[in-house]
Amino acid sequence: MSNDFLQMHLKAVMSCLVIFLYKVHTTKAGQFFSSGHTNNWAVLVCTSRFWFNYRHVANTLSVYRSVKRLGIPDSHIVLMLADDMACNYRNPRPATVFSHKNMELNVYGDDVEVDYRGYEVTVENFLRVLTGRLPPSTPRSKRLLSDDRSNILIYLTGHGGNGFLKFQDSEEISNMELADAFEQMWQKRRYNELLFIIDTCQGASMYERFYSPNLMALASSQVGEDSLSHQPDLAIGVHLMDKYTFYLLEFLEEVHPASQANMNDLFKVCPQSQCVSTPGHRTDLFQRDPGSVLITDFFGSVRKVEITKDTINLTSPVEPPIQRSGSGDIQIESLTYVDQLPVAEIIHQKPKQKDWHPPDGFILGLWTLILLVFFQTYGIKHLKHIF
Amino acid sequence: MAAHRCGLSLVCILIFSSLAHPSSCDTLEKANDNTATKRSISEVNTDGSVAGEDMNERQWQSTDVEVNRSDGTKTSETFTPAPAPAPARDQFQEELVIRPLHSGDIYASFQFRTLWDTDFLQERQKKVSHYRLFPKSLGQVLSKFSVRELHISFTQGFWRTMQWGQPFIPSPPGAELWVWFHHTVSDVDGNWKELTNVLSGIFCASLNFIDMTNTVQPSASFKPLGLGNATDHRFLRYATLPREIVCTENLTPWKKLLPCGSKAGLAVLMKSEKLFHSSFHSQAVHIRPICQDEQCTSKAWELRQTLNVVFDHYTSGQGKKEWSLFKMFSRTLTEACPLASSSKVYVDITDNPEGELFELSPATHLLSRAVVLGDRRTYSVYDLTRAETFGQLRSFNLLLRWKGDSGDMLRPLLHAERYVAGFGLQTGEIHTVIYNNHPYRAFPVLLMDSVPWYLQLYVHTLTVTSKSRDNKPSYIHYQPAKDRHRPHLLEMLIQLPPHSMTEVTVQFERALILKDLTSSALVPSMVAMSTNFTQDQPLFSSFVPVKEESSYFVRVYTEPLLVNLPTPDFSMPYNVICLTCTVVAVGYGSFYNLLTRTFQVDEPSPPLAKRLANFIRRIRGVPLLA
Repeated sequence: MSNDFLQMHLKAVMSCLVIFLYKVHTTKAGQFFSSGHTNNWAVLVCTSRFWFNYRHVANTLSVYRSVKRLGIPDSHIVLMLADDMACNYRNPRPATVFSHKNMELNVYGDDVEVDYRGYEVTVENFLRVLTGRLPPSTPRSKRLLSDDRSNILIYLTGHGGNGFLKFQDSEEISNMELADAFEQMWQKRRYNELLFIIDTCQGASMYERFYSPNLMALASSQVGEDSLSHQPDLAIGVHLMDKYTFYLLEFLEEVHPASQANMNDLFKVCPQSQCVSTPGHRTDLFQRDPGSVLITDFFGSVRKVEITKDTINLTSPVEPPIQRSGSGDIQIESLTYVDQLPVAEIIHQKPKQKDWHPPDGFILGLWTLILLVFFQTYGIKHLKHIF
Repeated sequence: MAAHRCGLSLVCILIFSSLAHPSSCDTLEKANDNTATKRSISEVNTDGSVAGEDMNERQWQSTDVEVNRSDGTKTSETFTPAPAPAPARDQFQEELVIRPLHSGDIYASFQFRTLWDTDFLQERQKKVSHYRLFPKSLGQVLSKFSVRELHISFTQGFWRTMQWGQPFIPSPPGAELWVWFHHTVSDVDGNWKELTNVLSGIFCASLNFIDMTNTVQPSASFKPLGLGNATDHRFLRYATLPREIVCTENLTPWKKLLPCGSKAGLAVLMKSEKLFHSSFHSQAVHIRPICQDEQCTSKAWELRQTLNVVFDHYTSGQGKKEWSLFKMFSRTLTEACPLASSSKVYVDITDNPEGELFELSPATHLLSRAVVLGDRRTYSVYDLTRAETFGQLRSFNLLLRWKGDSGDMLRPLLHAERYVAGFGLQTGEIHTVIYNNHPYRAFPVLLMDSVPWYLQLYVHTLTVTSKSRDNKPSYIHYQPAKDRHRPHLLEMLIQLPPHSMTEVTVQFERALILKDLTSSALVPSMVAMSTNFTQDQPLFSSFVPVKEESSYFVRVYTEPLLVNLPTPDFSMPYNVICLTCTVVAVGYGSFYNLLTRTFQVDEPSPPLAKRLANFIRRIRGVPLLA
């Protein structure tokens, strides 16, 4: 009896232990595989043009700078700037875009690659980049080549209102269009998780229509509130940054590629006391708990590392094969340079034979009229006299 | 209320003069200089390898070396070069030429040249897959689109010929791209479209805006600058985007094409904050096939990356006429690019023979002479591959201090201007004025003009006058524009009489189109010129594009033209509604009333006193008043 009891007790203890260990094991393993992404992309868009919207370009460039610093390479960043502020004729310090009024931080830098600039930043191009429906001749740097294991960061800034965002002073994108674009991306498996940040007036209206899974959104102000700019610089003459992005940049400067800061810290950036507007966020479509999502999941980049135990010998150089053809076919005739301005040749140039095109437009109409009148007068049956 | 926002259209004229390539890149070796015009400086003694026709080998490997004149002694020794690398597959050379300009500004020109002995376009050999010094992105572009020659340039600012002379490599404001395709290409337009898209991705520029509305096919100008026998102009495409902005995002990929990047060699000087704070900034990429050796039996590909910048005396010099590498670029040189076979800095000291104009330090005894655009110039050479150039501090900072005031510079031989005449927003006249300042020589000039379709030219009003007399061009090629399809193309070969001003005028009418109010339009045009100079001694130009003969070719661009386009009056709908409603109300309303109104007699109501009296009478039962 006591043996049985002891055995049962032991079994119970053992099973408890096993269950306990198993749980620990799965949580650790669970954490390790929790994020599930293998590459990072960023789409950073500034939608406004003109010199007095300097701050929107500075916003986008500061996020670009942080994202590059934390590891995402240029080939994985699609940067769209609607106007050129750095080399604008009004800029007293050319090739610079500053974020702070003492000109401390040049967010433009020396190594920037803008993929869409000037008039190329349109609603159509933005949606095409997101959904991947670009013309076949688009170069790789202008494409968002994400797959179903990509975490994408999308940052928009500019002038907006309740339910729309203005592009280039001539068109707008609505929150429904954006939500539909994200749904297209989800159905085409173009993202694993997506973080959407918007810094405009009434920015929260832009994310209230989202309905696709794995989306997390942050905005700088609620519906009915305006996002404010931070501080002007008297030398440059315009406001340099918006409040929300300014404090976001300050927060991101503290983050390094191995930091464990999570999304809850990001939600606390720029409280109302600093921002005047109330930043908002939306996490109901996101499957993981925001507290377990690292900042570097979206702002940093996953590096694929393969560990190998083999040694590779690097000393022997690769000899390119001799490409010259055999002695059999040496060209004997010598090549010459062309005369740049061959006056005699130009004067006696024959006129080019143009391709014959069938007549169109006025001539076609005229001939049709003539033929109609002819047939009306003479009738079809008289044609036999002609032919 | 007149919504008189003019969609400004800038008309950009490029007067195109291709030069005997700027001496920035190659210094000329003059063999057997026999003239007595020189200050008895000994001639360049060239080795057997230098023959003048040798266009691809760097001839300054046998530079004339002279002891500094201030020593008083004159000795000359030949600087024996390293033996020319035997079949080098690819080689890279870099140089910087600094030319102080008369107005106190300073002109710096970088050239990076990669020579590669391979053939992208040959099908029977294996496809090229191993790239060493030549950038892979460009190599793949060349083989995919069967490109024979590619020239692309990005410029910010306009070159002021009257103040600065002629540039080494001219370029129009904005972006310019011209390409010669191989004769095996069947669909040139399709290749052109794809090529512009690919290049816009490589250079981070909006080159994808190049389409059929701004592409032209010149018939006599823009001949290939590289090797080639046939020149069928069906394979040439030329386009400019005059409003293209140049900024750091264009410089970054340009620097990444260099073998050493921006980490070593001359490219460390390229800091965007200083480069864009200048009066003129131009960066270009030129790819063409050239002769591999003297016999010229096979081709080698040459990639030249050039960057020309003019630093303004007042904004950066702060009034003091003193320049140094550190002041210009905020960096000094510490080493040459290890992959470069030659790395040199040249300073133009032609105007400073005795050191009275400016002072140059550190002093150097290496000199070199070159002929640039028919003009003999002397350069001080600093060889960065030698360790002693860097001195004790391991850093090379060139210092240029102006001592005296320079006189006026000679007027450039060829100069062109362009402007729009006329008033109002409907018609106008484009005037192109070309000045030939040579006292006794006449030159043939090829003028190429590409006008957008929304300026409708009246070609019957085209007049060319020189010295107030009619000057009939010997060749005219005109291709009219098709609305929203292609621009106008006008090419003319004009003989410019000596010491004269030639004016070309053509009237135009502006099309009424609805343009974006904030945009403007530019019209580019170009003039090409050739000058034939025969001098006593044979000239060699191993520079780049063009000839072995004693002439040189100049391309001059004019400034962009700003043309206002009429914009619609946006108050018209309001006016129309008001007027129509008024007319309808007054006209129709009165007519309707006239037809349908009936009249009835109406008893007037009695006054108040009478009504009161009637009321009292009714109460009394007495008969009422009338």
